[in-house]
This record gives sequence, structure tokens and C-alpha cells, in this order.
Amino acid sequence: MENQFFVDSSYLSKEALEKKHRLETDPSARTNHMEYMEGMEKIDSDVCANAISQVKEYDYGKYTAKDVKNALGRAVCTIEDFKALLSPAAEPFLEEMAQRARLETGKHFGNTVYLFTPLYIANYCENYCVYCGFNCYNHIKRMKMTAEQIDHEMKVIADSGMEEILILTGESRSKSDVRYIGEACKLARKYFRMVGLEIYPVNTDEYRYLHKCGADYVTVFQETYDTDKYETLHLLGHKRVWPYRFDAQERALRAGMRGVAFSALLGLADFRKDALATALHAYYLQRKYPHAEISISCPRLRPIVNNDKINPLDVHEKQLCQILCAYRIFLPFAGITVSSRESAKFRNGIIKICATKISAGVSTGVGDHESKYTGKETDGEQGGEQFEISDGRSLKKTYEDIEKEGLQPVLNDYICLI
Amino acid sequence: MSANDKLILGGREFESRFILGSGKYSLKLIEAAVKDAGAEIITLAVRRANTKEQENILDYIPKGVTLLPNTSGARNAEEAVRIARLARELGCGDFVKIEIMRDSKYLLPDNAETIKATEILAKEGFTVLPYMYPDLNAARDLVSAGAAAVMPLAAPIGSNKGLATREFIKILIDEIELPIIVDAGIGRPSQACEVMEMGAAAVMANTALATAGNLPLMAAAFRQAIEAGRKAYLSGLGRVLTRGASASDPLTGFLRD
Repeated sequence: MENQFFVDSSYLSKEALEKKHRLETDPSARTNHMEYMEGMEKIDSDVCANAISQVKEYDYGKYTAKDVKNALGRAVCTIEDFKALLSPAAEPFLEEMAQRARLETGKHFGNTVYLFTPLYIANYCENYCVYCGFNCYNHIKRMKMTAEQIDHEMKVIADSGMEEILILTGESRSKSDVRYIGEACKLARKYFRMVGLEIYPVNTDEYRYLHKCGADYVTVFQETYDTDKYETLHLLGHKRVWPYRFDAQERALRAGMRGVAFSALLGLADFRKDALATALHAYYLQRKYPHAEISISCPRLRPIVNNDKINPLDVHEKQLCQILCAYRIFLPFAGITVSSRESAKFRNGIIKICATKISAGVSTGVGDHESKYTGKETDGEQGGEQFEISDGRSLKKTYEDIEKEGLQPVLNDYICLI
Repeated sequence: MSANDKLILGGREFESRFILGSGKYSLKLIEAAVKDAGAEIITLAVRRANTKEQENILDYIPKGVTLLPNTSGARNAEEAVRIARLARELGCGDFVKIEIMRDSKYLLPDNAETIKATEILAKEGFTVLPYMYPDLNAARDLVSAGAAAVMPLAAPIGSNKGLATREFIKILIDEIELPIIVDAGIGRPSQACEVMEMGAAAVMANTALATAGNLPLMAAAFRQAIEAGRKAYLSGLGRVLTRGASASDPLTGFLRD
């Protein structure tokens, strides 16, 4: 199969290109992805073993229509039922699954759809993750906003009416250190009711610090729960260490964060196994920390700057819908976020079934909200984007569209008790 | 119904025994609850009201309706107390419904923390309505802590499962002097009627209305069901029904002359 990921930039030096090619072609040139790097905290937890042992044994080919019907007929969905709902046997039952999912969503969330927007404050990255626009070998405009720039961007976003923000960075501990991110959280608290973080995984004491700075939710995408596959996609940098990433949500909860979000990047590996792993990761963590609010995202691969070939392979909208319905039926109380990687049409449809949160007014670049929101040409520099979005609707338009679907857009359902 | 049959909470009198819960809010729901269900008390999640949103729920509460802010989002007594104080600062008055959950899956209330928060807030002059799991000992502690009513759950929030805790609510009705307001899980007017017949002082519901096909019609049905149940209780029938009918040929007839 043609590799859809590897792209050589003409800006790289000969030495850099050689190293890049070695990493791509010679596994022995890469570090052990299961071994912690210096400074990475190791916690004692059984969540990973509980979840992954079941994923390894998951044989979705064995489920039949009868298993799916039984799963849909039960009041409470067991893990075994969930496995059936994720299987190919459930594909003909998509409408039934959607009906059931809508019922469960209604019980726990009513007609509400929450809105948020992401803000990338820096795009420097020390990792080589082959599918990501921020990867260290990709030639994009790198940028890290100053406190003044962050403040300005946040003001522009807040003026649009947004009350929840998700702060993101590329994964560079040296360029965007914990203190820098903490300062961004403090600024965000001035403008927003709710502040979430999607940054590189950190240790418990660092999560505690960021929590004190105003962040209350932590999102970490595991990308794929298949460790062998993970190793072939995350070739360099601290992100290569799979188990440290897996335990990030647990460290965040131990540090006092109110909620955590989980996800696999669908299209990287076997999506059924990754969907099962994502839900079990969330399920076992919630059992261990019953107070934790949990939510699941469902990104699919998207094209990036310098590589428009990247696509989500076999995860079409139909499969994505099946996964999301299965998530909802198995974890009726969990938030489900659908990002602007998906089209407006898909998002308008899925909020009527099971999604409870969507982004609006999205940019995955750095420092370009003013020009995107107002159309105003700005002098300020702007950093390159992480991936191409599919749904570029503004907050106003998204808000109106949600209302048109007969649902209730909600900008805040949060009270800060930090 | 007797003109004197009022629901009294914190020294205030209410004609209606239907209270709108806060789970799923919409302006249409508030309108139907007030107009068609006759609600005089509406619960308000402080965390939802604490918004810059143009459609602030506070602006849509009709005059004459008593706001009952709740502390949803609180995970312990300390957080509940902070939210209650914030509600008072926001101008929501002195009523507060305590909701403390340490479980994001079932949203079951934590009775121990609820008792602590009740004691603190009652001392601060709040009219405290604690949402609780129907446990007699906890209910007695809530009375001692200064609660204005006790609000046991009928079934897990949003489950529409009806009176899953029927026997335990009955015990509270029999043993606790305060009004017992049944909260959470009431899915149908018939269940609201049944709980009123048992002697509950009021019923709180939200999902049952919010998810109905015709909101105003369902709101009206709840009103009538609650009134019917109340009348049955006042007539004395409620107790007879739940305790079994008396035999037409009394067992102790032989003692008569």
C-alpha cells in the first residue's frame, strides 16, 4: 500500500532528511515506545491492563445480528453488548442504534448541545507523528503567541459570545512550557467560564499547577491504542512513549481536574478496536474515579499542510455514526464531542442523535482569529494549521443551525470552583 | 379542595404542588410549567444561569414565580455552600436546593455531604431543600440540620423509572414531620398521582415534561394528576389504599356483644 504519510520537505537539510528516512524505514533507529523517558512520572494503575486485555481479544467478526438485537433489547448495555454494537454485524441496524442512542442522550442531556472553540497558542512540536501538520519535519510557519497576543485573541473570541475555550499547543516542552500554558489559563479565566486543555501529557504536579491556573478539563488523544501501530506512526519525541500518554487522564484527575476527555484518531489503525479501547479507557477510569466527568471525541484523519493525501481510510461517515451511537448506548452519561473535522451536514445530523458538544468558529492555526472572525487584514504574524477543517461555521451560524434542528445551544453549564 | 390546603416552605405559602426541576431547560418548558402545570416554584441550575448568554434563563422566569436555585455541579458540602452563596449574590433569593453528587454516572446524591451543607446553609438563613437518597436516618439528620423539606429521589435522575424507591419514601412520609417533596424519576402523571396519594407534599419533575410530545398537554396532565392525588390523600383514601382495605366481616367481631 502506498504510504499516505511520508512527505519530504525541500527545506530540510541533508542530515535532517537522512535522520527522517532512517526513522521511517529502520525500526532499530527508533527508541522503545513502551519505555518511560527521564522525568516522566509512573503511576500505579490497573486501568490500562483492564482495557487493553479486552481489546486484544476482541474478535468483532464473531458477532451476529442476534447479538446486536440482544444488545439493543437490554436496558443496560454491557461490555459484551458494546462489542456487538461496534461489530460489522451491527451495520444493518444503524437506524435502530440511532433511535436508541437518541433516547439515551435525551435522558441524560435533554435537547442541549454545548458549544466551545479551540485556541492554538503555539504550534512548535518536538515530535515526529507522521500524520500531523505540526510534526517537526513538516514545513509550516511556526509560532508561539505572546501573552499580549493570547489576550487579544481571547478577547476576539469572547466578543463573539463564546464562553468555553479549549487551549491547545503543539507538543514542545521547551518552547511551550507548563508555566507558559499556565499563564494562558489565567488569561482565559478572565474571558471564559470554562477552560479546557489539550496539550502534551504532563506529570501530576504539573496538572495540579495548571488546575490552579484555571484549567478544569484535560483532553488527551491516545491516537491509537494499538501499541505496535502507534510505534510506526510516532517516530520521534516524548509522544513516542505510549504508556505515559495512556495514564495522562488519570494523572489529571488525581491532580484535581473535574473532567477528562479521551479519543483515538480514527483511521490510523483498526477503528473498531480503537473505538472499543477508547470507551473502555473512559469506562474503567470513571469506575475508579466516579466523580470524574468524562467525554469522548471521535476525530478522523484529515489532510494537512503539504499533504492532501491523508484520509480516514475505511472510517466513512456511516462507520463514524455507528461508533458514536455505540459509545452513547454504552456510556449514556458521557459527553460526546464532534469537531470541525466533520462537515456541517454530519454535525447537524449527529447532534440530533448523540453528540453533546461541538466546536464553532474554529481555527487550527495560531493567531488568526481576528482575521477569520472579522475578515480584517491583520499585521500580526500567523502560525500554520494542524489540519484542514471541514466545518468553518461561525459561532452565530452554528448557534442558529442548532436552534433550527429543534435543539438548544448552550454556551455554559459550568461553575468554576477552583 | 380546601382553600387552606397550602404547601408551606420556609414560611411561604404555595397553592401549587408541582415544582419544575432543572435538568433540561428550555423557555417553552418554563412557559408550559407555569401556565399549564401551574408551577409556582422553578428550579434553576446556578451553573447554567451563570452565563453571559443572551438568553439568560433568569430573564425568562415569570414574575411571581419563586426561584429555587440548585447546587448541581457540587461534589461536596463545601462546593454546595459556595454555589448557594453565589446564587444569593446573583439575586436568586434565599431558597436553595442542595444537590451534591460524587458520581457522574448515576448522579445519585451524597447524603452525608448533603447533611453537612444543610446545616451550614440553614444557619445562614437559607430555606434549604435537600435532594437525598431516601434513607430514614439521613432524613432525620436533615431535619435536625434545619432543612425546610426533604426531597427523596423516586428513581435515578432522568430515568423516567417512576417510584423505584416507593417503600422508602413511604417511610419518610410516615416518620418525617417536614414536607416530603418527591424528586427525580417521575416519568408519568400517574406516578405523580400515586406519590401524592401516598402523602407527599409536592412533586418535582422535569424530563417527563421536557421529553413529552406535546409539552403544554403533558404539563396540564401533571397538574391534574397531582391535584387528584392530593385530593385522594386528603380524603383519607390514600392511607387505606396503601395499607389494604378493612375486612367487611371484622376479625374482632367476636368481641362484640
